[in-house]
Amino acid sequence: MAIPKVCGIETEYGILVRGADNNPVSASSLLINAYLSTRPRHRPNRIGWDFEDERPGNDARGFSLDDSLAPDVETHLVNAVLTNGARYYVDHAHPEVSTPECRDALEVVAFDRAGEEIVRASMVAARQMLPDDADVLCHKNNSDGKGNSYGCHENYLMARDTPFGRIVGQVTAHFVTRQIVVGAGKVGCELPGVPHDEVPYQISQRADFFEEEVGLETTLKRPIVNTRDEPHCDASKYRRLHVIVGDANMSEVATLLKVGATAIVLAMIEDDQLGDDLLLANPVGAIRQVSHDPSLQRTVLLRSGRRATAIEIQWSLLERARKYERSQGLESVGEQVGADVLNRWEAVLTGLEHDVDSVANFVDWVAKRRLVDGFADRHVLRPGDPRLKALDLQYHDMRPDKCLARRVGLATLVSDADVERAMIEPPNSTRAYFRGRCLQKWPDDIVAANWDSLVFDVGRDPLRRVPMMEPLRGTADHVARLIDDSTSAADLLNRLDA
Amino acid sequence: MAERTQKQKPTPSRADEEVVEAPATTATGEKLKAELDDLLDEIDGVLETNAEDFVKSYVQKGGQ
Repeated sequence: MAIPKVCGIETEYGILVRGADNNPVSASSLLINAYLSTRPRHRPNRIGWDFEDERPGNDARGFSLDDSLAPDVETHLVNAVLTNGARYYVDHAHPEVSTPECRDALEVVAFDRAGEEIVRASMVAARQMLPDDADVLCHKNNSDGKGNSYGCHENYLMARDTPFGRIVGQVTAHFVTRQIVVGAGKVGCELPGVPHDEVPYQISQRADFFEEEVGLETTLKRPIVNTRDEPHCDASKYRRLHVIVGDANMSEVATLLKVGATAIVLAMIEDDQLGDDLLLANPVGAIRQVSHDPSLQRTVLLRSGRRATAIEIQWSLLERARKYERSQGLESVGEQVGADVLNRWEAVLTGLEHDVDSVANFVDWVAKRRLVDGFADRHVLRPGDPRLKALDLQYHDMRPDKCLARRVGLATLVSDADVERAMIEPPNSTRAYFRGRCLQKWPDDIVAANWDSLVFDVGRDPLRRVPMMEPLRGTADHVARLIDDSTSAADLLNRLDA
Repeated sequence: MAERTQKQKPTPSRADEEVVEAPATTATGEKLKAELDDLLDEIDGVLETNAEDFVKSYVQKGGQ
């Protein structure tokens, strides 16, 4: 049986300062520090990120790059752990929110939305610290339209004993074609030399930036399957599949389907129920071709020699997922959420096949395209008109009064109250509960935190590291009572020792 | 392609739903179009005043 697909999302936001120094690194620091200063009660700014176990240079194919090729970890930049179990930090030149570890895709939606609201609150707080006529803007998108891209990564817990080669081979067809369901849409193309009227609009923000089928890089020569092997948990039992191929979504249903359908596909691969007949002949060419074809009519070549459209490949994956649901159940992704994901996945594919605009309430690229096409028709604009690109950017604008995604009638899955709670409270369902509750209750006694440990300073020497190597230990069921009953951090540590 | 064939023959329950939904599609289409018109009216007021400058100034550093 597939192991539980513990999952989460990391989102790098676009950032722009107007009317003051537009240095994205200092602006990102300002943004995060401004937010932390609004939450003095939780004092998360005091608590640093613990880099002890960070190994971004480890490759899942079985080797390690400890030289200059290994991705940089910028330890000196702002790096906070929040009481909801999330991480909020400066990554390269962007503010990044990582959700806490979640047990299912619907939980991820709530914490991803909480991340958006944290960024919105940060923008308001940061404005107070800028000159009167200055402003800091954030966008939940993945490219500036000028060839610079930044990521929205997903993470999924997988069993270490699943052969990595099987994952790479079998998941690629999903990564190449799922964009028709979860692409965020983009005006224009960022491949050099492609004119506006050749690709006036495409399905994915990210597809132009993928140059390899598989690899360790995340900032250049980006691979469709990323091999970073940094499990942040017991490496002998687990791996964390780090997925860099996706777009950041404004649609909650799209986020649900991005994470939910991928979790199901990965569970099938783990249980060896997917098969090898959907392998693509040329994944890099195919991911671009699919993105550049909003008509959804073009076919890609499979290694078997057969040709299929992206919709046909998605239908094949869905049919297999239905069969898998019947034979093995969906416990690994959460039974109810998994069943909902399958129904919504089917509804979106049906809509895409019969009347694309009918899924505009769920699918970002469709919602954005209606807006762009309607605006172009009304004002008689040609492809390449900057107003169309402005619409594209503004779809993702985090300012509530400017954000176009908030106006297009996207369906919601979580309530405002759920989102507000998720800004403060951790999920009950994973070790993030232990992290978040300890940070809420004993912020003064925690000196560092990361995904798989908390470091306490309770006045005794030496500092005490509490490892959290099991993503599903430290849940509310396991430790709520323990944390409630502990009168101090020292008491908690004593009880843990007992 | 076996799965494709299977998909094109929906289960009876799905077929029933589609029959019921079919006449509503045009009405839904018109409603969507009216909504889009309202939205486009609104957007003329919401769009960045100097779109060209805004697009030009929107430069990001590459990230992950």
